[in-house]
Amino acid sequence: MLKQIEGSQAVAEAVALSRPEVISAYPITPQTHIVEDLGMMVKSGKLAPCEFLLVESEFGALSACIGSSAAGARSYTATSSQGMLFMMEAVYNASGMGLPIVMTVGNRAIGAPINIWNDWSDSMSARDAGWIQLFVETNQEAVDVHIQAFRLAEELSMPVMVCMDGFILTHSYSQVDMPSQELVDSYLPPFQPRQVLDPSAPVSMGAMVGPEAFTEVRYLAHHKQREALKLITEQAAEFGALSGRDSGGLLKEYDCAGKETVVVTMGSVIGTMKEVLAEMRQEGHSIGALTVRSFRPFPIEALQEALKDAKRVIVFEKSLAVGMGGILANDIRMATRGLHLAVHSVIGGLGGRPITRANLRRMFEKGLNDQLNRIHFHDMRMDIVNRELDREKAQRRSGSAAENILSDVGLVAAAKTI
Amino acid sequence: MPQLPESKQKVKFYQTGTFTVGNRLLEQDHRTVQATIDRSNSLDSGHRACQGCGEALGARFAIDAAMRATNNQLIAANATGCLEVFTTPYPETAWSIPWIHSLFGNASAVASGIAAALKVKGRADVRVIAQGGDGGTTDIGFGCLSGTFDRNDDVLYICYNNQAYMNTGVQRSSATPAAARTATTQPVGDEPGNVFNTGKSVPLVAIAHQIPYVATASVHDLHDLELKVTKAMQIRGARYIEIFVPCPLGWGSLPGDTIKIARYAVECGMYPLIEGEYGEITAVTKIRRRVTVADYAKLQKRFAHVFKPENAHQLEQLQAIADRNIKRFDLVYREGDES
Repeated sequence: MLKQIEGSQAVAEAVALSRPEVISAYPITPQTHIVEDLGMMVKSGKLAPCEFLLVESEFGALSACIGSSAAGARSYTATSSQGMLFMMEAVYNASGMGLPIVMTVGNRAIGAPINIWNDWSDSMSARDAGWIQLFVETNQEAVDVHIQAFRLAEELSMPVMVCMDGFILTHSYSQVDMPSQELVDSYLPPFQPRQVLDPSAPVSMGAMVGPEAFTEVRYLAHHKQREALKLITEQAAEFGALSGRDSGGLLKEYDCAGKETVVVTMGSVIGTMKEVLAEMRQEGHSIGALTVRSFRPFPIEALQEALKDAKRVIVFEKSLAVGMGGILANDIRMATRGLHLAVHSVIGGLGGRPITRANLRRMFEKGLNDQLNRIHFHDMRMDIVNRELDREKAQRRSGSAAENILSDVGLVAAAKTI
Repeated sequence: MPQLPESKQKVKFYQTGTFTVGNRLLEQDHRTVQATIDRSNSLDSGHRACQGCGEALGARFAIDAAMRATNNQLIAANATGCLEVFTTPYPETAWSIPWIHSLFGNASAVASGIAAALKVKGRADVRVIAQGGDGGTTDIGFGCLSGTFDRNDDVLYICYNNQAYMNTGVQRSSATPAAARTATTQPVGDEPGNVFNTGKSVPLVAIAHQIPYVATASVHDLHDLELKVTKAMQIRGARYIEIFVPCPLGWGSLPGDTIKIARYAVECGMYPLIEGEYGEITAVTKIRRRVTVADYAKLQKRFAHVFKPENAHQLEQLQAIADRNIKRFDLVYREGDES
């Protein structure tokens, strides 16, 4: 059914269609609307049977899901940013125990300085935690991928994060074709756990494993994620056959076949990019794009295939490994080893910095003219950074760098208006 | 069992030197769970606890009592700690009940999740226990614990209180008593051992949450412990039982003194046995024969320094704490009080 609906509300409805049995909720911007809507559905009886737990923290939120999932209930929670960091110990624990929890991440920056706007720092902080991480482009895809996520998680006994850009998706209204309950029920069978806490067949879960077996246990998790690549493709195709939509899967190509330059990114930013790129192609430039939809497991083979004819790759990401550079870019470099590609790492959109058609176009043109550095900070004011560096050189007690930089930006902005 | 013949001799109701009631003198349905042939042995033999471990003893009695009270329909979530480590390294387990260990600080939240799953699946007959040591309860697990209390989730949380982080090598927790030596409160300097006027009483904090049932118990009176666990399992909602469990390794005491030390802790007033319901203290166990804090402390090397002449004030201060407890909870037995 077509609906004009807020992203968070659409996700809440998709989660409800997936018949979760336990939902734990803790408020953190920008995912809060999702659990608010689910809470309303549970309280009104629209979503039943389902237990809605109002927990005392994000750590408690995921811990409660660990308990409910281990007891055989389909379990869901949502998080963002600092909240995800606060639950990090439980993030690793859930995957280590093979509990198929589904969690939405409304992607947001991490402080300090505190910043509530969108980038991918939160999900990236858990990229090695053993969860499947699926990034979505639109609210339609968010809806579809949540439903796929439950099936994928439960089939693999592995938790899944659905990563959606905070505010850009969670708070925006768009048209969404909401799948019917019949469609979801035919796609998603009831949860059959591999191991469950049951007094009629007692098991001990989560006990210690020493050095004699730890490597094999860890390898198995890795092996299962690599195996998941196939399942992600198959299940996306199956969902596509039912819904008629292309959502989920490993990659999405945007006219990148045979192009000299390929832009690689994830999430919603491709929406703006594809317009700019279409424009540039019309002008005769050989440039296309692809998005990585499954960040973990990372689709190495699919990327090699998609990028085999490219000469240059521009990886655009809203994340930064401080002291190293781009995280997605590094993975792309790894995945394309042997293809002899020039891989440019572009870091942009941090803390919600707007990514516009104009600034993208400037950056792409630089790329086409071989003017991009190995690591490029998109739309960044180096003069502002230099001012702070000078201040720090000039005096020991230079104060808060964040405050100083913000003041400078304000002064510059104010100067512009004079 | 046949009725015992009426004795012409005066019945000696208590065991020698204690106020522990002889089990066989009790009526059938008051007899201890451990004395029944159908006890569940939920925490079975073969585990790796130290000799004289109060926690192993407390857990065995508590979980078996809970098993009897729930007709063996029980699931336990366990915090990281001694109890988790000595009972389970894979591929072995001493637990014959469904049991899960997740993390150090989330046992109560995991238990809340299990309770939610059971509720949604219509399994009201299956009950949930969360358990951990004092570190996992009063420190790192405190937020989740308070959340479970706040929501009044149908979970019994049992804290085995041995007054320090024993699994990591005897470091101070917020349940460590004043003056006690731990690896992080060494008996050096002007005020050796743990600092006075620090720490917290989680049983009182639990009562302040106005949950249906809170109790403290001690491994010297296992029958009382069983009764409290049984009572707790007959109630729905959040419940908290803290069990005083001496740790020979961490306290520097003889394994054979575990029961005696536990008894002295209660009888000197340092560890009051109380019960609370819905925000009110409803019962206390009276002290029948009072001992001094010195009697209690001298059995433990962690208090050795308080017996040095230069630290005499510490022993006095400890006695003052015990005296305050006795006054505050009205612990002194008077003729006519219920024992």
